[in-house]
Amino acid sequence: MATPARELPFRDETFRDDFTFKNSPQTVLRAPFPFDKDSYMYAVNMELHKDGRAGTAFEEPIDVDEHYVSEMRDRALVLDEDPLRCQSLPHMTLAGWDTLELLMSCKAASYPEWFSLERDGDRWHWINRPLGIDDTFTFGDETTLPYGPLEYITRQAQGDFCVLDERAGNLWMDAGIVTTQADWSLDFDIGMNFFEWHAPVPLAHERGVFTRALKYLLSVQQANPARRLNWTMTVNPRLDTSPENYHKWGPENTHITPENVADKLFLRIELQSFWRLPRSNALLFPIRCYFLSMRDLTTVPKWATRMHRVLKTLPPEIASYKGLDHYREIAIDYLAAFDDGQETTAGPFPD
Amino acid sequence: MSSAIEPSIKSRPVYGTLKPATAPAHLIIADADGGKAVLDLATAAPTSFLPNAEICYIPGKADHSVTLEALGAARFYTGPSIAAMLPRLKRTFERMHMGTQIYLAGSESLIGLAMKTAMEANIDFEAIQTEHRGSLARRVQCVHCKGITEGVTTQPVTCAHCGLLLLVRDHYSRRYAAFQGVNINAEDPSDIPPKEEVFT
Ligand code: HEM
Repeated sequence: MATPARELPFRDETFRDDFTFKNSPQTVLRAPFPFDKDSYMYAVNMELHKDGRAGTAFEEPIDVDEHYVSEMRDRALVLDEDPLRCQSLPHMTLAGWDTLELLMSCKAASYPEWFSLERDGDRWHWINRPLGIDDTFTFGDETTLPYGPLEYITRQAQGDFCVLDERAGNLWMDAGIVTTQADWSLDFDIGMNFFEWHAPVPLAHERGVFTRALKYLLSVQQANPARRLNWTMTVNPRLDTSPENYHKWGPENTHITPENVADKLFLRIELQSFWRLPRSNALLFPIRCYFLSMRDLTTVPKWATRMHRVLKTLPPEIASYKGLDHYREIAIDYLAAFDDGQETTAGPFPD
Repeated sequence: MSSAIEPSIKSRPVYGTLKPATAPAHLIIADADGGKAVLDLATAAPTSFLPNAEICYIPGKADHSVTLEALGAARFYTGPSIAAMLPRLKRTFERMHMGTQIYLAGSESLIGLAMKTAMEANIDFEAIQTEHRGSLARRVQCVHCKGITEGVTTQPVTCAHCGLLLLVRDHYSRRYAAFQGVNINAEDPSDIPPKEEVFT
């Protein structure tokens, strides 16, 4: 059923050049704030992805918000510049069809006013009203779609998607579409296993985080998708912070000042979910990105307070890995004014 | 002298010591000082080993080809460079009999490129034996322009294709047989760190 927040028009905005991205106040409040306490350390922070709280980004299995249409426009721009951002090794085509089915059926069930899927055997009729798409195709026949199944449906879905093949007790990054990433390269990482693509992450390997996380992931079953939150910070609401373009956006890391920090520095939240796919037995890993400016955070006193304390006590290895060194102190100074020193309530949600 | 590779991150390849396997056939690929690892392997092997072995060898800076040829393997190939050998290697992998044991020895580039070629022929990389000997020079892929710079010995290095100054990371891709290079002074291009010889 449609709740009022869903009737918002989609914003017409940019994530590059003039950066006109903005959150409405409702979108700020529904964000998946990633800190459930006043400090942060890598952990196996996984939970079931179901029965999400109403009015939050967890409400529907695949969340669609006011940024949908503009994010899809940004993705198309990235893919025009660099087709290597979407790749699928030959054995992953079936998992691509699984992904298409999952995303179409979730969206049509959650948002019938925007999406519809009708199936007549293998003949499928898909309507995506926000993007003006009305296509009929044959499920399983790539020649009936303008792109491969993975690219076709993820050009219509916010966030990045990795598709993991399961072999020899490990997960292998054998397909994906990655245009809204926190500084990692799909093209370089494709074909790697769980430990290899996580190799650059500090502290977590030696704490056993990845061994336990992999075990959890291998046990994910179709009926029980899982999720976790990750975060970093980004200067300007730039979705495509790719290593490929780091020489272009890197200088912006030095542009934060006490005067501009409120509107130019963003908490970048990743809502990651894990789905077992029925035909291929692959695992689908959507990574959905939410931006909150430092000013957005201050509209929720608990969040500004908590962000302040997390940044202050963040282990230096994690801060450097996330690339926060140029502006961490400036952000701490700005947020200090919103921290009254009182204890915060448990859990991530606003009071 | 065997490998002087420091423990590092999980994507960085690690190498072992070649050991004669029980297999109907043996394919041995080596360059430069990897030749010495092949000699050690042959010395440790039973008499049935060499008559069922093929040796492919690129002399590079340390030529052991005379000794290797004298081992009397069933087939012996030597070529002028790794790149020159790869088309032949591709064909060899394609027509290789099931159960053939593959051994790679020498520079990281030789091991990486031979493994990449094997993987493209659908051979399981985990079944391949490797031993590093000699140079630690790296193949580096520029994450920006995607060009590969061969024989990198310095940190940082200038990309041979786009000219950006690259930090050579330990993050390694088997598919590219390359380490990742990322612009080291992207945040401040006027900051130009000196190059040091580190991968020798
Ligand atoms: C199978 C699904 C997953 C994929 C495809 C994936 C992918 C990635 C990638 C590509 C990176 C960036 C690494 C780099 O610096 O190059 C990363 C970072 C990370 N991943 Fe995963 N990951 C997955 C699941 C998990 C799980 C289940 C955990 C649970 C603990 C986890 C924990 C982390 C952490 C802690 C980081 C560092 C993030 C930061 O500090 O910003 N990942 N992941």
